[in-house]
Amino acid sequence: MHEAIKSGLRLALGLAALVAVSEPRPALAQSKPVTIRAVMHSGLRITDPIITTAYIARNHGYMIYDTLFATDANFKVQPQMVKDYTVSQDALTYTFTLRDGLKFHDGAPVTSADCISSIQRWGKRDGMGQKLMDYTASLDAVDDKTFTLKLKQPYGLVLASLGKPSSNVPFIMPKRIADTPADKNVPEEIGSGPFRFVKGEFQPGLKVVYEKNPDYVPRSEAPSWTAGAKTVKVDRVEWINIPDYQTAVNALINGEIDYLEQPPHDFLPILKGASGVQIFNYNTLGVSGMLRMNWVNPPFDNEKIRQAVLLAVNQQDYLDAQIGDPDYMMPCPAMFVCNTPNATDAGAPKTDLARAKQLLKEGGYDGRPVVIMQPTDLAIVVPLGPVTAQALRKIGMNVDLQSMDWQTLVGRRAKQDPVDQGGWNLFHTFWVNADMLNPVGNVGINARGRKGGFFGWAEDAAIEEMRDAYARETDPAKQAAIAKAVQQRAYAVGMYYPTGQFVMPLAARSSLTGILEAPAPVFWNIAKK
Amino acid sequence: MGRFILGRLAATLPVMGVVAVIVFLLLRLAPGDPAAILAGDAASPEQIAEIRARLGLDQPILAQFLSWIGRLAQGDLGSSIISNQPVAKLILDRIEPTLALATTTILFAVLVAVPLGVLAAWWHGTWVDRMVMAISVLGFSVPVFVLGYLLIFGFAMQLRVLPVQGYVSITEGLWPFLSRLILPTLTLSVIYIALIARTTRSSVLEVLGEDYIRTARAKGIGETQVLWRHALRNAAVPVISVIGLGIALLISGVVVTESVFNLPGLGRLTVDSVLARDYPVIQGVILLFSALYVLVNLAIDLTYLLFDPRIRY
Repeated sequence: MHEAIKSGLRLALGLAALVAVSEPRPALAQSKPVTIRAVMHSGLRITDPIITTAYIARNHGYMIYDTLFATDANFKVQPQMVKDYTVSQDALTYTFTLRDGLKFHDGAPVTSADCISSIQRWGKRDGMGQKLMDYTASLDAVDDKTFTLKLKQPYGLVLASLGKPSSNVPFIMPKRIADTPADKNVPEEIGSGPFRFVKGEFQPGLKVVYEKNPDYVPRSEAPSWTAGAKTVKVDRVEWINIPDYQTAVNALINGEIDYLEQPPHDFLPILKGASGVQIFNYNTLGVSGMLRMNWVNPPFDNEKIRQAVLLAVNQQDYLDAQIGDPDYMMPCPAMFVCNTPNATDAGAPKTDLARAKQLLKEGGYDGRPVVIMQPTDLAIVVPLGPVTAQALRKIGMNVDLQSMDWQTLVGRRAKQDPVDQGGWNLFHTFWVNADMLNPVGNVGINARGRKGGFFGWAEDAAIEEMRDAYARETDPAKQAAIAKAVQQRAYAVGMYYPTGQFVMPLAARSSLTGILEAPAPVFWNIAKK
Repeated sequence: MGRFILGRLAATLPVMGVVAVIVFLLLRLAPGDPAAILAGDAASPEQIAEIRARLGLDQPILAQFLSWIGRLAQGDLGSSIISNQPVAKLILDRIEPTLALATTTILFAVLVAVPLGVLAAWWHGTWVDRMVMAISVLGFSVPVFVLGYLLIFGFAMQLRVLPVQGYVSITEGLWPFLSRLILPTLTLSVIYIALIARTTRSSVLEVLGEDYIRTARAKGIGETQVLWRHALRNAAVPVISVIGLGIALLISGVVVTESVFNLPGLGRLTVDSVLARDYPVIQGVILLFSALYVLVNLAIDLTYLLFDPRIRY
């Protein structure tokens, strides 16, 4: 019966298809380009990966731009566009020489001037870039392929900064484009990366098309994270934005798309059972949630009350609500990410409701409502607010959980005003762990306060001193020791609470092979059968 | 009549002017900050302030409004704050799928609903009437997204005779175009079928009780002719009003259907722009919607002339 219905429908629809028989089919006459049709976690609207930290812009950056250095799977920074480099005896002068054959998509060769302008623009936007520029005395071209970076004093994160794998990545652009003011979108999408941006087919928020860059010369080393050979094995990659995940999952199962970057965890059992679909955890480093309190407004301007919050919550509750499946989640007290060189559990609080209540009393909590900004349209963050609200209520806090869309939250969290004038007390967000690996890159540890700190404006001179010490240190063992001390202090003063680590695997058709592990989804090395 | 049309067209200007002022003010008073969205997660307050100043968002609301209205008077809708693309281009890129879906939906709904409504009225009180009314209630009650998913499950996932999602322009072939519109059209037309069928039924029922119908029958005119020539024509005016309202609602109300079937239309552009606080795009799209509302209403008023010779403008 089922087959009969199917045949009947096919006949009816086939008759309708006859209408189109006379339509020209140019594609049949030519060899069809091998195309990966991918649905990413968001639509690309801003094409400048320096002006925004949005991960979709970073992913776009990896398609069309290249980097001087890149981080491999062992957390080692490897040369990428750079052929070789030297560091002077006094560790104050870095000299970089570019590889042969580097060419932008407009045909112009990549020069030292392009690299210098790109680093300077990135250094105005990115946290690690700003820190590097603080220590930089000058950036000078020696010749077209060689340039130097001179430091004011030794700085341990020069290569880690230039090879940082996540937002903002120091991508190299032509000088004429990199000279665009750092708060203004670049006017062209020209890089020297493995793919070229097809401007004519770009529809912001809907579709982005990349084609293979035939002039790209990959490195000879095997690919590892964002380092090594970036060998493109398909002709085109199309990013199509499907806002409805159910539709995207159906489209993947039906073979209408090849790649789905981050299907929600609820859909993974369906996808695991679908034929022709593979699940691949490309970002093994994962993602971490963050509970952030506002130090500017009472009651969280009081250290004891912040400590009370840290003792009232626990990661398992967050992960159970957010992810639910133990295969994809891991409680982790390390602010600098578990299983990485700076991982430590130093200072991590253990849930203690009695002590939390005691601290509330000692802190003089007066029962004022705590405004939690609760986004209702960002699925991965949605479960966090109610978990925190429940935990705070358990220790006797008065909670005002205010629902809003994510962009309202983004606008409101920038306000340093009192709560009754549009300010706030607490919000949740999440970060790709590649952004959190050390005290300089981890924005939650930035303790500059109202001037230059991350939203919530935590201010702590001791932490800032230790961050500087970490930046100056060149010995990894000593860096790890400083990171441990930073974490201890950060927990003690309540900088933020990590709500646990989890991974967000991708789903793809089995016809795709060679998908790489990396902190960001990359499309080189992927072949399509 | 020419004067009527010109007058109505001229009336669109003040309507759009009022809409422009209201939309502009509402957007500026709504929470959210495009500068903070642009700046990203790690931006400092200073960086956000710099972006706000570059976008002119730090200016007084009146100055921002005058600047926008000045450009609008020259036919410039501005550029997207987020993507930097001209608003007119963004709208033109998105208008085709929405118009295609609206057209197929209204055509299908009218072709199905009017005969259903007439049959229900003709066999008033019988099982036919009850069945049509039951279908209407169902059409009103089933949420669009539920029906959409069910159709996708049946036709795309199980039978695999139609694609799940996407849009292909008619220039790339009639079948590729139609195959991607069948399920969205079925999904979206159900509620309009329900609405038009019910209106047609009640309107025809009312007319069937009129004296001139009895007179027509007394003159020996066949029942079919009574129905089509005398009843339906006189019942058409309210039905056309509902169809017109449906067209206007469709153009702006296809958001859910566009999302479920991944159609890159104006509905999604509107929602995306609202979520990103992309003021120029929201303003441009709403102005377009208001102009379309006025024009559709004008077209409906003119259509009345075809069915009711007593109407004069």
